[in-house]
Amino acid sequence: MSGLIRAEGLGKTFGGTTGWLSGKSDSVRAVDGVSLEVARGETLALVGESGCGKSTLGRLLLRLIDPTEGSVWFEGRDIASLGASEMRRMRQRLQIIFQDPFGSLSPRRTINQIISEPLEVFNVVKGRKARRERVAELLTKVGLPPGYMDRLPRQFSGGQRQRIGIARAIALNPAFIVADEPVSALDVSIQAQIINLMQDLQRDAGFSYLFISHDLAVVRHIADRVAVMYLGRIVEIGSKRQIYSVPQHPYTQALLSAAPEPEVDTVSSRIILEGDVPNPSALPTGCTFHTRCPIAQEVCRVKRPSLDEVAPNQFAACHFAKPNPIPIG
Amino acid sequence: MTEPVDPATTETMEPVPPPVSVVSTLIHVIFSRPATIVAVAIIVAFIFLAVFAPWIAPYDPVQQSILATNLSPTADHLVGTDQFGRDVLSRLIYGSRNSLIFGLVSPVLAAFFGTILGVTAGYFGGIPDRLISRVIDLLLAFPELLLAILIAAALGGGFWNIVAVLTVAFIPGFARVARATTLAVKQEPYVEAAVAVGLRTPMIIFRHVIPNIAAPIVVLITLWVASAIRLEASLSFLGMGTQAPNPSWGNIIRDGLNNLFGSPWPIVGAGLLITLIVLSFNLVGDALRDALDPDTSK
Repeated sequence: MSGLIRAEGLGKTFGGTTGWLSGKSDSVRAVDGVSLEVARGETLALVGESGCGKSTLGRLLLRLIDPTEGSVWFEGRDIASLGASEMRRMRQRLQIIFQDPFGSLSPRRTINQIISEPLEVFNVVKGRKARRERVAELLTKVGLPPGYMDRLPRQFSGGQRQRIGIARAIALNPAFIVADEPVSALDVSIQAQIINLMQDLQRDAGFSYLFISHDLAVVRHIADRVAVMYLGRIVEIGSKRQIYSVPQHPYTQALLSAAPEPEVDTVSSRIILEGDVPNPSALPTGCTFHTRCPIAQEVCRVKRPSLDEVAPNQFAACHFAKPNPIPIG
Repeated sequence: MTEPVDPATTETMEPVPPPVSVVSTLIHVIFSRPATIVAVAIIVAFIFLAVFAPWIAPYDPVQQSILATNLSPTADHLVGTDQFGRDVLSRLIYGSRNSLIFGLVSPVLAAFFGTILGVTAGYFGGIPDRLISRVIDLLLAFPELLLAILIAAALGGGFWNIVAVLTVAFIPGFARVARATTLAVKQEPYVEAAVAVGLRTPMIIFRHVIPNIAAPIVVLITLWVASAIRLEASLSFLGMGTQAPNPSWGNIIRDGLNNLFGSPWPIVGAGLLITLIVLSFNLVGDALRDALDPDTSK
């Protein structure tokens, strides 16, 4: 497994500044010391409840948001410390697919203008005519008729717009794409088409995905590895098989037990989590999950568990994760 | 590609209509409202009058005649004459030139500078925002007329001074709207997408921010055109705008007021024209607003 992009102790705190006019504001710890690695050509899924910092983490990896601590290593350089012009050059290799197919396309620009923008910025395709040809190619690649490239985004459906957004993301042949809930705004019938398209494109071009989602069924379909996030921290990370069949962290177990089972005859015992997600501006001490954890003990309130290897390449941040797991059914 | 165009895509692709231009939407909006048609006709007539004033006006607007003062409307003088025997109709026609120039130039200039300030404040935030916003708040604290009088009193009259006065008086309104809409547009994912594809900040502002805040700015221009004409009239009425003997609708009313019992016709004529023009620009502004909204226009 060769690493493509690696986060080390990545953190982001929003707010908390004291302005002379605005007064003091509460700080929110959106991402708290996250370390992870995405290998070349793999899909790492990032799952968790809304508000747990998934999208922020994705944007930190692309440096669409500046981290408050930590580093992001990509192709041998720490992009968290690059200057503005060097970072801009790096953007050829790092792309994003957005959740909102409506807001992510500028309403007054044609499809051709939208998709050719990255080509123009990096001057990889010279000349208007050559760019039109490249846009036509890209549209065909994402399954849209090239004849519609002079239309405006509002003339397309959600699924079609998402294809346009994907065409823009792959235009520069990036190495790493953050897909921020790319199908959650789409009809279920369209979701599968978009997921398949994303997989086909990955197979052809060999880039990696960070696939942010809260839909465990979709993740099971597309992911190679899965990272589970809770309140800004990675609580468990492992291969898809490990996470789905032998989850070690009680939060992962609860998430999986809440997902609908495709098989009718499996009797699954559902783990019901008590209470709400704590306020991220006042994180619980110790293990942040202890307020809702069904197996929490005194130690959980005091000591923050480290992300330890519980099985080969499976890591869990729980004091009670068993080193030799028994599959649960 | 393993997956060709999927059925769901082709199905909804067929009825996609070709793009409809803003101009054709605007024409449609205007012609669906009789009042707006009249308003457009009035504005066109007004521009025509101003441009061709020397050919249309029956008399020299500053030519005095001691033998024909304070006349009521007659066949020779359709709106009568004032206390100096000047033909009121000719003065109104020439006066439209001042109103048109002030009415169009200052809002356009104010829109230009106001948009620069507002977008800068809204996009960059932080210290530029604080500086610009506080100055704008300061200017907004004064009613436009008071601000205009203050500046006119400090600078004196004269064409460019009046343009400057009105422009400064209008900048805060444009800057406010530009800042607020920029703040909203900046949150849109398409701006983040532009950052993600490596576009430089000035290009992001010109390509993705300004086109999407242009609609309210354009509408605001038409509304301020009416206000500019009104303000120029007010300043001239107060003796700080267009200087005698040159006519403007404002100083026609001012002169007429001093001579109200001699002849009411200058005031009636100029007052009616100002009302008509202001109303027309407001109606056209409403039509523009509806036509420029990308979501309501089809």
